Amino acid sequence: MHLLEVKNLHVEVDGKKILNGLDLSVGRGSVHALMGPNGSGKSTLAHVLAGKDAYVVTQGEVLLDGEDILALAPEQRAVRGLFLAFQYPFEIPGVATMTFLRTALNAQRKSRGEAELSTPEFLKRVREVAGKLGIEQEMLRRGVNVGFSGGEKKRNEILQMALLQPRLGVLDETDSGLDIDALKVVAGGVNALRSPERSFVVITHYQRLLNYIVPDVVHVLSRGRIVKTGDKALALDLEATGYAQYQEEMA
Amino acid sequence: MNAEVLPIKTAAETALATSFAAVKDALPGAAAVGALREDAFRRFEAEGLPHRRVEEWKYTDLRALMREAKPLAVPPDAAAKARAKDALATLAAIDARRIVFVDGAFVPELSDLASLEPGLTVGSMAQALAGGDRGLLAHLGQVVPTQDVAVALNTAFMGDGALIHVAQGAALAQPLHLVFVNAGREAASIFVRSLVVIESGARAMLVESHVGSSASEDQVNAVLELKVGDAAHVDHIKITDEGAGALHLSTLIAAIGAHARFNEFMFTTGGGVVRNQAFVRFGGEGTVAGIRGASLLKGRQHADTTLVAEHAAADCTSREVFRSVLDDEGRSVFQGKIIVRPHAQKTDAKMVTNALLLSERAEADNKPELEIFADDVQCGHGATSGALDEELLFYLKARGIPAKEAQALLIQAFVGEAVEGIEHAGLRDALMDRVVAWLRARA
Repeated sequence: MHLLEVKNLHVEVDGKKILNGLDLSVGRGSVHALMGPNGSGKSTLAHVLAGKDAYVVTQGEVLLDGEDILALAPEQRAVRGLFLAFQYPFEIPGVATMTFLRTALNAQRKSRGEAELSTPEFLKRVREVAGKLGIEQEMLRRGVNVGFSGGEKKRNEILQMALLQPRLGVLDETDSGLDIDALKVVAGGVNALRSPERSFVVITHYQRLLNYIVPDVVHVLSRGRIVKTGDKALALDLEATGYAQYQEEMA
Repeated sequence: MNAEVLPIKTAAETALATSFAAVKDALPGAAAVGALREDAFRRFEAEGLPHRRVEEWKYTDLRALMREAKPLAVPPDAAAKARAKDALATLAAIDARRIVFVDGAFVPELSDLASLEPGLTVGSMAQALAGGDRGLLAHLGQVVPTQDVAVALNTAFMGDGALIHVAQGAALAQPLHLVFVNAGREAASIFVRSLVVIESGARAMLVESHVGSSASEDQVNAVLELKVGDAAHVDHIKITDEGAGALHLSTLIAAIGAHARFNEFMFTTGGGVVRNQAFVRFGGEGTVAGIRGASLLKGRQHADTTLVAEHAAADCTSREVFRSVLDDEGRSVFQGKIIVRPHAQKTDAKMVTNALLLSERAEADNKPELEIFADDVQCGHGATSGALDEELLFYLKARGIPAKEAQALLIQAFVGEAVEGIEHAGLRDALMDRVVAWLRARA
């Protein structure tokens, strides 16, 4: 059984069709890259997977480890191991990053019937992961993402993912707004999490990120459907030829 | 024709008049302040209870909200003191020297009067009035003279309260906690009047708590006159936590000297109808002040914060920040006026109020006003009201945080941003614990 199966997914936002019968199967331990021009539905897919309510699913199903998750609330999906790294992480003034991380981790553990982490154990884990991502302790005391640069916000997303240890990480344009050094740090954080049990859907507009997070499978999305699937060479082809051919195929 | 229009008295007004006639000679200090009481009562009688056509009371129509006047509180008996002692246990998180008043009367045996710090004097207002104390009482009604009708009523009926003096340069290590407990069996009217004089260069933290049983329908009218000397550093935190049936009118009258630091915080979770007034006058140059507050209201609670910050000297900075969280049919009112007098050049004053509405039936009324008579100042105000941010809620839920908990986290953060203005970490934590408790009771 695949870890993630998206079958014939149709999605509307404000009455406008964005996804038109999208099919996607992601096996355990694999990294799938989802590429496509602006407006092809990449971010919509990411948000639908995470359970954002403005997106209306009119047809199709989404199975995580065989379970249909479309009827589940966002927090229930997270507890089942789905993690969305946001393209534009939100700032939450007044909620210290540490409090946020701890509340999230313990909420998930509690929902799964696991014991909450003790304070020293929690702090140890955060320090370890934060250190690898170059996140200063001082940043963790600040409000979530408040006063963070674009790169710091993205690193903070990876920090959350590393702590929460999801089964499926969906990275929505995690490379946007990153310089090459920040990109390497973020990619390193993701690569450190790769394992035979964990899968990733890496959404990106550019091939560049895929030099650092090397995908097993590359899909091209256009007008709400996957129009081509290949290996990492496909990403390089796209870099050379652009998306125009796929948009024409659909026309 | 010049016929004076005398509106028909309400039941409450009539009861107050009857009560005043009956008790005025028995109230403390007939000789010292008898005339003052008479004058104040005449002023009240001339205006009556304020109603919605009186601009300052537009959103808090006392004539409608105060249907009757409860009888004056009787001095607490042993049973009342025992109940008060239980109520004090709820304040354990606030580590401070307590000065306790039960049903408006000073109760030394419940107060921490041992080993007062050097420079600190604590006394009872009733005793000072009765004894015709000529020292501190010279300030009574003089800190910032006001025509306010709630203050007039308080002056007419004032019973006991705290009389505190902090000597020049004295630094109190421990906060001073004035606790007013309503513990009577029957609903009562309680008029407390306190006077606190903090001399120049002194440092003091004052906490003022008003607590009562959840079922009580007491009517409290509390006035605190606070005089802060030059270069003094004073915090005042007022906690209103009476039962949801209580009527609570309170007024802070503060005169702040030059180069002082002053921080006010009004925290309201209790009371049925609450009116917190603050009349603060910056009378000396170079003072830095924060006047902040937070109200968390549910059921049919109504809390009105009416603030007048008067910049009467140059180079003072003030920040006014008020936040309210409104559930059910809770209603918050904020009327904030900043006055900048002609000589108060280089005044820097900014006032912000934000209301978070958790229910369709909640209501927030904001009335910011600026009256500026100087030409070189920076003054501004802003007000917002709205629901919790759906995007932020989604972000939290996407991390596995359940909806209720995500809401609680955001509400806590919203209130926390105002509470952060409190300098004392212990008091900040004590208030945030109360916010968490309020949120827990809601869930």
